[in-house]
Amino acid sequence: MPNIVVLVKRVPDTNARIVVSGDRVDLSAVKWVISPYDEFAIETALQHKEADGGTVTALTLGPADSDKVLKDAKAIGVDEIVRVWNESWNELDSNAIQSALAQAVTDLGADVVYCGKTAADTGAGSTGPGVAERLGWASVSNITDASFAGGITVTTPVEGGSAKVSVLGNAVISCDKGNMKVRKPNVKGIMMAKRAQVNVVSADAPASSVTIVSQSPPPAKPAGKKYEGGSSAEEVARLLRDEANVI
Amino acid sequence: MSESVIIAETSKGSIAPVTAELVSAAIALGTSPTVVVPCTDASIADGAGYDGVSRTIAVKGDCFANYDASSWAAAIDAAAPSGIIIAAATPQSKDVAARVAARRGLSIVQDVVAIDGMNLTSPIYSGKAMQTVSLSGDAAVSVRANVFPAASSSAANVSVVDQSGDVATAVQEVIARASERLDVAEANIIISGGRGMGSPDNFSHLEKIADVLGAAVGASRAAVDTWDDIPHSMQVGQTGKTVNPNLYIAVGISGAIQHLAGMRSSKYIVAVNKDADAPIFSHADYGIVATWEEALPVLESALSSMMS
Ligand SMILES: Cc1cc2nc3c(=O)[nH]c(=O)nc-3n(C[C@H](O)[C@H](O)[C@H](O)COP(=O)(O)OP(=O)(O)OC[C@H]3O[C@@H](n4cnc5c(N)ncnc54)[C@H](O)[C@@H]3O)c2cc1C
Ligand SMILES: Nc1ncnc2c1ncn2[C@@H]1O[C@H](COP(=O)(O)O)[C@@H](O)[C@H]1O
Repeated sequence: MPNIVVLVKRVPDTNARIVVSGDRVDLSAVKWVISPYDEFAIETALQHKEADGGTVTALTLGPADSDKVLKDAKAIGVDEIVRVWNESWNELDSNAIQSALAQAVTDLGADVVYCGKTAADTGAGSTGPGVAERLGWASVSNITDASFAGGITVTTPVEGGSAKVSVLGNAVISCDKGNMKVRKPNVKGIMMAKRAQVNVVSADAPASSVTIVSQSPPPAKPAGKKYEGGSSAEEVARLLRDEANVI
Repeated sequence: MSESVIIAETSKGSIAPVTAELVSAAIALGTSPTVVVPCTDASIADGAGYDGVSRTIAVKGDCFANYDASSWAAAIDAAAPSGIIIAAATPQSKDVAARVAARRGLSIVQDVVAIDGMNLTSPIYSGKAMQTVSLSGDAAVSVRANVFPAASSSAANVSVVDQSGDVATAVQEVIARASERLDVAEANIIISGGRGMGSPDNFSHLEKIADVLGAAVGASRAAVDTWDDIPHSMQVGQTGKTVNPNLYIAVGISGAIQHLAGMRSSKYIVAVNKDADAPIFSHADYGIVATWEEALPVLESALSSMMS
């Protein structure tokens, strides 16, 4: 029966206003949530368990304040919750994060890992394929559907449409929104999550070679031109050609 | 000068134009690039010669017939020299670049929109902030389209390397998109409709303009959630696709923060909305305060006569 791991990350609520103070984003006032695509990863992991049995472990890398998203995952229905952290870590780069997560996944004895297509803070989409490479596993990214009869089969976008792909062997699978409905925590789940213990583990991470220089608000766009009435569409079409040169 | 490796972007069996922009990005990083072309037929690499590029490597292998991240990364890694890895910030190239970086024990910086020496800037928090990082040593970098100028083409000096890779996934079936139209993730021009379109049938008005411009048709989440006929694959935004076209035309879309997250970095934004106070107008280069019923026919006929 599969040992299933799902990666979850704590991020600011996507409705949160992002404030920059000095040269860093100030997140002291935001509400924190599970990164939205990770909810699809949890759902896929739980569906996998329902098909094949086994256990689902939610794994996060972060300091103690990340325990909340693990408990949220527990309330939704995962079996175990694990946090990997080392007090010496600070602003880890992708190489460090992936190395530490890969080590934790190995230590947990996982057979398959689900994660989000991108985290809502980084927007990167690097972690799934990067962890897979470090494990020497297959990876499929941005899946919109999964089925588990006779092995894992996923639907993933390809040029011109989508493809049904079967996964051979161990894999890291990153999840897009797709058509699935994610389950929400129920009262029993929330009660269980309150009492749940987070298993904190350690790992090694190589020194970071990418360092943050600054964070800043997005560049303000110069005010655009605004016209009243449908007939102005003709003028806009002309400007798209003569001023913007985009058509 | 330090070295870099450009992973060429290919589309429908030829070199995609964004590859020429990657050459400019490599030069902005102060590196001397080698272009690596993953392919099943090495002749496509003839189209991957640029001013400033002295060497093009066609990495030829059966594994490149379908996308399989693991075998692609192994084959590209084996054929490519060392140096900073540069790829286009398309879903597939970001994915393969992440694996090649991990294979080499390197970090990766995705979605770069500005380069200043070894400082790279990308959007974070869905574009609500920007982050600048500095590299010490080699890394992988993905670069957004339409940011850097295209390097001029020149004759390619191609060497061919045969690679065989063990695929870790098997394609069972490819499901072609119902419409022949481009996907929003692949398009240079996008026209999107929101709840303000009133019904899914009215998207035909957007399709007509898309046909004139060779554009893709997108949608807001409200449109996707309200109407079964508008598939999620069309959704632009936080929980849909992030797009970075030259031109984005938003019709009947209010401009919620989650929609902006997916399209705010478009080079030019046009908004058509009947509400002069709709938030989308603060992000539009050209705003038209009108109903789509009034504006779209005018836009369509103006564009048709310009394009013919
Ligand atoms: C976690 C989360 C994730 C989300 N992800 C996304 C996402 O990926 N993408 C996304 O788009 N949204 C997303 N949303 C939803 C988002 O918050 C908005 O609800 C949505 O974008 C609104 O869509 P809309 O602009 O089409 O509809 P509305 O907000 O209803 O706006 C309709 C607009 O049409 C205009 N209008 C009406 N009639 C006409 C007419 N005849 N002619 C011209 N204009 C007209 C109105 O003035 C109005 O501005 C997300 C929300 C959450 C909470
Ligand atoms: N610190 C982390 N802890 C746990 N999972 C993570 C972490 N960072 C990234 N992930 C997972 O990897 C996915 C993609 O993240 P990213 O590569 O940052 O876009 C996320 O949606 C998570 O599932």
